[in-house]
Amino acid sequence: MLDKYGIAKRIAKELRDGYYVNLGIGIPTLVANYIPEGMEVILQSENGLLGMGPFPVDGDEDPDLINAGKQTVTMLKGASLFDSATSFGMIRAGKVDLTVLGAMEVTDRGDIANWKVPGKMVKGMGGAMDLVASAKNIIVAMMHTSKDGKSKLLEECTLPITGLHCVKKVITELGVFDITERGFELREHAPGVTIDEIRAKTKGRLVVEGEITEVLV
Amino acid sequence: MKKVVDGAEAAIADIPSGATLMLGGFGLCGIPENCITALVNKGINNLVCISNNAGVDDFGIGLMLQKKQVRKMISSYVGENDEFERQLLSGELEVELIPQGTLAERCRAAGSGIPAFYTPAGYGTEVEVGKEVREFNGKKYLLEHAFDSDFAIVKAWKGDTHGNLVFKDTARNFNPMMAMAGKITIAEVEILVPAGEIHPNDVHVPGIFVHRIFQGTNYEKRIEQRTVRPRN
Repeated sequence: MLDKYGIAKRIAKELRDGYYVNLGIGIPTLVANYIPEGMEVILQSENGLLGMGPFPVDGDEDPDLINAGKQTVTMLKGASLFDSATSFGMIRAGKVDLTVLGAMEVTDRGDIANWKVPGKMVKGMGGAMDLVASAKNIIVAMMHTSKDGKSKLLEECTLPITGLHCVKKVITELGVFDITERGFELREHAPGVTIDEIRAKTKGRLVVEGEITEVLV
Repeated sequence: MKKVVDGAEAAIADIPSGATLMLGGFGLCGIPENCITALVNKGINNLVCISNNAGVDDFGIGLMLQKKQVRKMISSYVGENDEFERQLLSGELEVELIPQGTLAERCRAAGSGIPAFYTPAGYGTEVEVGKEVREFNGKKYLLEHAFDSDFAIVKAWKGDTHGNLVFKDTARNFNPMMAMAGKITIAEVEILVPAGEIHPNDVHVPGIFVHRIFQGTNYEKRIEQRTVRPRN
């Protein structure tokens, strides 16, 4: 089984040199720690920054320089700054190569729910709906089941939808799944995880065919 | 040209109760601190506030919420605010949640003479309810309208007496589009200089969009999520 760092490391293997990448809050943020040596990946923060760097050294933090999670950050060489309309312009126009998001539910058609839980205080969708409606390559990083053991890989979302037919790949602690017309196609299983366990914990259509390799991180 | 006003109190003096205001900023970054304080002191109420966030309990728009000055918030994300939650649950406060890119574009459209536009964000979600859906090249889009706001209140790093504005880092965020969108736009700046001192190449928002400008004082610039690495 993978832990959250393992999930982030596996996602990092999807990065390519020159990619512009938007990382959501939570496990996705960790992906930045595993960008392969020698590869140049430019991180987009939707509040108006390309070329986001690591958190600042204690004492160097600047209230005018934050990421979309409102954390203090830094800028790398070659960074650029812009307003929110330009930021979502580049997102809608498909300029961002890869978007990594967390989710509460994903369906076997690539629908995603990740912004609202009925009965809980609604905080808002932020930029999530804009990102999922337009990004050409969306990977969801999440736990396979909810805290009460229910599958989060479903046929239909039970929670309010964030976007339809948009998720291309899901990486959980159990494995790596491509979402195709046939459903969740299992590509890799995590170390120590059996196909039976994945079957038992996946409610949406699951396709197990061909060579299923072990996740290497 | 007389755009320079004496301070926040003078800049907002004619904003009445019931007005629709745009307030720049993302989280607490790039918010018009001086004008918010002046609005709290003026005590007007029944306001509709268009702003990406609603501040925190004791800073930003949260200060206006504490005084129950806001009737409705139009935002993309309103977490981190207990008083907001209390007023929302008790029905004292109305909230309209809008995808962040749509919020930005509705500001930009308002300041660009574009009454409405199509965007894919929110298609197939509850954001779609009541909106025209149209297909272009096989993809579905929602019709969204430009905002109509009485005043836009923005914060820039530097400005000149002609109202030209320069922003710093990610404190730019919604400020430029809101500056463009206000029927009356009020800009508070950390540094106000005579016209000519900002190089024309460096201007982010041309002064034509700005009606009133003043140099603010005592900026607190609170950090919402201070995140650092150890020095060694």
